[in-house]
Amino acid sequence: MKVVIIGCGRVGGLLAGSLDASGHDVVIMDLLTRAFDRLPATFGGEAVRGDGSDEDALRRAGADGADVFLALTEGDNRNIMAAQLAREALGIGMVYAKINDPMRAEAYAELGIGTICRTTLIADVLRGAMGLPEGNEPSVRPGAQHDHEPIRAGATAGRGED
Amino acid sequence: MFVLVVGGGKVGYYLTRELSASGHEVVLMEKDRGRANQIADEIGSIVVAKDGCEGSSLADAGANRADVVAAVTGDDEDNLVICQMAKHHFAVPKTIARVNNPKNEPLFKHLGVDELISPTRMILGSIEQDIPVHELLHLAPLSHEFELVEAQLTADSPAVGRTLLQLQLPDGCSVVAVVRDEVAQSVGPDTIFMVGDKVIATGRAECEPALHGMLIGTIPDA
Repeated sequence: MKVVIIGCGRVGGLLAGSLDASGHDVVIMDLLTRAFDRLPATFGGEAVRGDGSDEDALRRAGADGADVFLALTEGDNRNIMAAQLAREALGIGMVYAKINDPMRAEAYAELGIGTICRTTLIADVLRGAMGLPEGNEPSVRPGAQHDHEPIRAGATAGRGED
Repeated sequence: MFVLVVGGGKVGYYLTRELSASGHEVVLMEKDRGRANQIADEIGSIVVAKDGCEGSSLADAGANRADVVAAVTGDDEDNLVICQMAKHHFAVPKTIARVNNPKNEPLFKHLGVDELISPTRMILGSIEQDIPVHELLHLAPLSHEFELVEAQLTADSPAVGRTLLQLQLPDGCSVVAVVRDEVAQSVGPDTIFMVGDKVIATGRAECEPALHGMLIGTIPDA
């Protein structure tokens, strides 16, 4: 499976390392080269410095044709935009964005991208540890099928030449 | 009209002031408390010191009854999220986003933002107008899909000596006018194009290579 991860923080770095170790094809992007220090020394995937919410940068990093796209930076909006680019412009089938604002997470799950909300996730785990039922908001929501046309490739490429 | 402006930079500040002066109801959201207070001192208590990307903050600022939400922060991703939240969570009829990276325009349009304002593209367009290169100049974006372009015909142009009818323009684009000797003329099917004509045309973005081929002469590299 080819997996593209945006944001080499604790979660991104850990996941990239473990996916690579289990034989998957991993590309990880971050704005800072220093962030790649979090990757294990054995990491055999690609670590690319660049802005994951920039379509050109994503393509340069080889995000085209990925099976899974995970937006795990510290910025909710950066994740949202990167995930929507991956889904709409690159046509990647499975896309998840980490969104810490529960309201935004709910809104974007309705718009089709998969969302992971750390806020509700941790709250739910702690409620579980205390023997209490989970909250009303699911912390992980799979992306829905979208009902609109993908961006016309011609239009996007045409703009690129302007 | 009730307008919610998000982003208290220069653009948001002047926009709020102008709208307010022309009698509209305006609320400005600016997440930096210091900046928000500074603006509030000048233009009064219509400033909400909260993050306009946050769903609950938008609700507090009255997004559910806004006629227009204008997202004018300096970050494209914030402006996108503000408009999408306004549209889909608060059913705001009109959303306007400032777009800094022109390449984000197709995505923003595709994702349902009603109006895009791109300072980069505007300045680019203005510079292109001053450069005598044989290219299609982008004069202005019209609605979501159309652009107004201009081409100056040289002797190399396949259009020279032919009529509009003979050109057989692709579907979705049309010649609006010809500027000849500094006089704008309307164009009919029998108008014959001449060297030096400035041809004003409009069309969908995907028609541009065809327009370029007919008016300039070569098709740009893909």
